[in-house]
Amino acid sequence: MCLSIPARVESIEEGIATCSVGKSSYRTSLDLISNEDVKVGDYVLIHTGFAIQKIDTGEANKILATFEEFKELNEEMDKEEAIHNKRLI
Amino acid sequence: MKYIDEYRNKDIVQYFAQQIKKISTKPIRLMEVCGGHTMSIQKFGLPYLLPDTVELVSGPGCPVCVTSREYIDRAVAYSRLEDVIITTYGDLIRVPGSSSTLEREKGKGADIRIVYSILDAMLIAKKNKDKKVVFLGIGFETTAPSSAAGILKASTASLNNFFVYSAHKVMPPAMETLIDEGIQIDGYVGPGHVSTITGQGIYENIPKKYNMGVVISGFEPVDLMQSIHMLVQQFENNDPKVEIQYTRVVKPEGNIVAQQMLDEVFEYRDDWWRGLGILKNSGLKIKQKYEKYDAEKMIAVEVEETIEPKGCICGLILRGEKKPKDCGLFGKVCTPSDPVGACMVSSEGSCHAYYLYNR
Ligand code: SF4
Repeated sequence: MCLSIPARVESIEEGIATCSVGKSSYRTSLDLISNEDVKVGDYVLIHTGFAIQKIDTGEANKILATFEEFKELNEEMDKEEAIHNKRLI
Repeated sequence: MKYIDEYRNKDIVQYFAQQIKKISTKPIRLMEVCGGHTMSIQKFGLPYLLPDTVELVSGPGCPVCVTSREYIDRAVAYSRLEDVIITTYGDLIRVPGSSSTLEREKGKGADIRIVYSILDAMLIAKKNKDKKVVFLGIGFETTAPSSAAGILKASTASLNNFFVYSAHKVMPPAMETLIDEGIQIDGYVGPGHVSTITGQGIYENIPKKYNMGVVISGFEPVDLMQSIHMLVQQFENNDPKVEIQYTRVVKPEGNIVAQQMLDEVFEYRDDWWRGLGILKNSGLKIKQKYEKYDAEKMIAVEVEETIEPKGCICGLILRGEKKPKDCGLFGKVCTPSDPVGACMVSSEGSCHAYYLYNR
C-alpha cells in the first residue's frame, strides 16, 4: 500500500490523468499536484490513485551521469594508489 | 524506463559497497522507517553487501503493522452493521483483530470491498445511497493527503453517506520517541515517499537535538546504497544533518498543495502505535469542520475488548530491538498465509519481508 510507482502520463482530462506503467494503465487524480504543469510524456509518482509528485527526469539523469564520473575517477585513483602504494585520500 | 533499470545497476551498487567499506571505521547502526525500504533491503540482499561495521535495522515504517488491534476491532464492528459497506486497502483485510478479521467477516456475509483508492470508495458511496460507506483511512503522510482530498471532494459533491475512519499517522514523533527511549541507533534512512509530501523540514530536529543524521532515500538498491554511504560519511566526519538522496522526487519544501489539504482537513491527536504506545500528536483526526465525514463521530457502534496475541513480538521488532528470527512463532506458527501478528500480514512488514527473502 505504501508503495508508490513511477508512471508515464498518457492523457489528461479534467484533472484525471491516464498513466501507464509497463503494459497496465491507471486513472490518476492530479488534485495533489494541481500547482504543477503536468504534460503528456511526464513521469509522475502514483500513490493510492493520486499523483503525489512529478518526477524530475533531468535530475535523475544528472545523478546517473555523476555516478559514472565517480566510478571512472575512483578507478583511476585506485590504479594510482596501487602504483605508488599509498592512499591518496 | 531508463532510470529504473539504471538504479538497479549492479556495478553502481558494488561501487557503493566498496566506498562504504573504504570509509567505515566505527560500528554504525542505521534504522529505516519505511516499509518500502525494508522490502527493498531484504529483496536485494543489501545487508550482505555491507561491511561488518554497518548494521541495518527496521523501524515502525509499515502502516498496517503499527495500527492497533482496537482499530481492527472497531472496523469489524462497523462491518457487522446492516447498513454499512466497508471499503479498505487490501493490506488490512487479513490483519487479526481481537477475535476476528475483516476477511472472516466478509466470509460471513459482511459487505467489505477492497479498493485501490479512496476515489473508488466514493464511487461505491455514490452508487449505494441507501448504505453508509466507511473508508478505512490508514497510512502515514504519503497516504493521508489522498484521504484529505477525498473528504474535500465529498464535501463539494455533498456526498452524505460517505465516512472516513482515520488511523492516519505522522512519522516524526515515532522517530524521536525511539531515540528518547534509548534505542541504539546512529542515523535514519529517511522515508522517501513520506518526505515527498512533507519535505525535509520535519526531520531538522533530529540532528540538532540528537546529533544524528537523516538521509531521505529512494527505493532502488542504488538509492539505498548511496543513502547508507551518505550516512556513514556523516557519521565518520561527525557531521550529522538532514540530506536528500532521492532528489529526483523529493523537494526540500515537499508537496505544498498536499500539505495544505492535510492542514485543512486534519488536526493532530495523540495516537497509539504498536510497540511504541501512545505518542503525542502522532495521529491525524478529522477536524470538526468536516465531522460529517468522520465515521468515529457519526456511526455509533459497540466494540469488543482488545486482546493482544500471545507470543508475538511484533512490537519489539517495530522498535528495532528484535529481528523476526528472534520470534518463536516466526515461520512455524506464523506465516504469510496464516499470520499471527500484523508484521507478518502486510507485504511491507518486517516479518513478511524476512519470510520471503531472508529465511
Ligand atoms: S513472526 Fe508473527 S508472531 Fe512473530 S513477531 Fe512476527 S508477526 Fe508476530
